Amino acid sequence: MAKSNKPIVWSLFAGGGMIAAFVLPALIFITGLAVPMGLLPENVLAYDRMLALAGNPVGKFVLFAVIFLALWHAAHRLRMTLHDLGIRSGRVAMLACYGVAGLASIAAAVVLLSI
Amino acid sequence: MGEVMDRRPYVRQMPKSWWLGQRRYTFYMVRELTCVFIGAYVFVLLFGLFRLSQGPDAYGAFVDALQNPFAIMFHLLALAFALFHTVTWFGLTPKAMPLRLGGKTVSGMAIILAHYALWLVVSAGLLLMARV
Repeated sequence: MAKSNKPIVWSLFAGGGMIAAFVLPALIFITGLAVPMGLLPENVLAYDRMLALAGNPVGKFVLFAVIFLALWHAAHRLRMTLHDLGIRSGRVAMLACYGVAGLASIAAAVVLLSI
Repeated sequence: MGEVMDRRPYVRQMPKSWWLGQRRYTFYMVRELTCVFIGAYVFVLLFGLFRLSQGPDAYGAFVDALQNPFAIMFHLLALAFALFHTVTWFGLTPKAMPLRLGGKTVSGMAIILAHYALWLVVSAGLLLMARV
């Protein structure tokens, strides 16, 4: 059988799509709308609380998993969509999409480990 | 010597706006473009963590900036696209992971509803955690 990296790419895409589907609506609502608009108290996003969340190993792992998987999901889908939109240079699109997702994932790991 | 054969594969030209003509194509493209907002929000999250790592002042400035009308507008759009992603993603689950239990195929609707039920639990859990 021909070797292919498709299963890995696709399972990351599927895992990210699942994570995004389950947690992003609530996360976007809490951090981007409810707290800034005053529907939830400001201390929801207080420095000490977020520091405690990102400071403990479990919190770090969960945050990294959400960021990494959602980014791969977005990168893979964007790569396919660029092709559908008539950008035919598959190699450039692939490098750009997975490259940005990869660099941002490394940045996430570095930032989380520094907290 | 005969004619040189062109061995490049034939690629039919498509207008860039092919997905605007038909509803189902537009729906497909909107579904695919949810990834732009999902990606953008993850970058907001990442930037927030970066500011958190820089200390209380930097992080406070980040939280204040979330009140900017443009930030609110972005998050409204991001929420709409994220919800669209959730609905379309759950809608595909019976096709992506058909399930057999005790020799019987579980109906697609049951699989979809199970995802919605879990989604409600997860979302309620996140909101509760935010309040505690």
